[in-house]
Amino acid sequence: MSKETPIEVEGVVLETRPNAMFKVKLEAGHEVLAHVSGKIRMSYIRILPGDRVKLEVSPYDLTRGRIVWRYK
Amino acid sequence: MRPRLRERGHPGPATGISVKTDAQIAAMRRAGKVVAAVLGALQAVVAPGVETAELDRVAEDIIRSHGARPSFKGYNGFPASVCTSVNDEVVHGLPGRRVLREGDIVGIDVGAMVDGFHADAAATFAVGEIAPATRRLVQVTKQALEDGIAQARAGRTLRELARAIEARVVASGYSVVRELVGHGIGAAMHEPPQVPNYAAGANALKLRAGMTLAIEPMVNEGGCEITKDTDGWTFRTRDGGLSAHWEHTVAVGEDGAEIMTAPEGAGGGG
Repeated sequence: MSKETPIEVEGVVLETRPNAMFKVKLEAGHEVLAHVSGKIRMSYIRILPGDRVKLEVSPYDLTRGRIVWRYK
Repeated sequence: MRPRLRERGHPGPATGISVKTDAQIAAMRRAGKVVAAVLGALQAVVAPGVETAELDRVAEDIIRSHGARPSFKGYNGFPASVCTSVNDEVVHGLPGRRVLREGDIVGIDVGAMVDGFHADAAATFAVGEIAPATRRLVQVTKQALEDGIAQARAGRTLRELARAIEARVVASGYSVVRELVGHGIGAAMHEPPQVPNYAAGANALKLRAGMTLAIEPMVNEGGCEITKDTDGWTFRTRDGGLSAHWEHTVAVGEDGAEIMTAPEGAGGGG
């Protein structure tokens, strides 16, 4: 039985942008524009360029993502 | 520092990916034999006029007669021991009153648990005679699975595995489903890591001997888009084209993968 889930990928934050958006370079090579998940926002985790993050990416739109984890 | 650790194949701080002991792999092998026995038996049951619910009954009987438990039954509320996905149904089809007809293809996905460890496999069978184009879709999907399994050895990455599958499918003119992925498997049916079937969705995690994965390409004749049925389980192709699905549970080894759900007599080594 296959796993039904948003695709999780990892990447490195390149730059921060207005509106809590981030440009992230994925391990797979391409760059996506990502916002931060509500859970991460609540715990006020700051995300800076160079941080390694885990994102969920929609399989339909590989240019957008959602940051769900920042590696310590 | 951390990216460099990852490049050397360190699984990273929070991946949760387990490397199985020999005893755990032995249990998974036993579960795999049960799964292979079910698929072997169902291949003989599939015929025009058979209800998909009948496939589920036969599967559950065989699983329980081996003293195993059906992994799917009750998983997130799934009501059956197998998924039966006919024609444009991609995966997770519910067995029921649907009657198989000559020329259909049916994907059967089954999981069994023995001594606390799961194995999971799927095959797509022809119902009677099928069109040559349909046969080709089924064959390419099976070949894509074999290509992926050939990459499941220590030192290769998840992305190389995904790329091998994707390359086979795309070169044959078909498309790979993206929303659904293979998975690690062991004490739970779904464990990390995710095992996508397309390279852009997979990370560079290095495989290590003892990792156990369920590799499962889902291949569409037409576009890759899928929709979920109102029954809450069944996925179909959006364009109504056919879809095929093959899956094996494998243990990553130093020199290659062991297919734990290989049919009896087919050999799992290599």
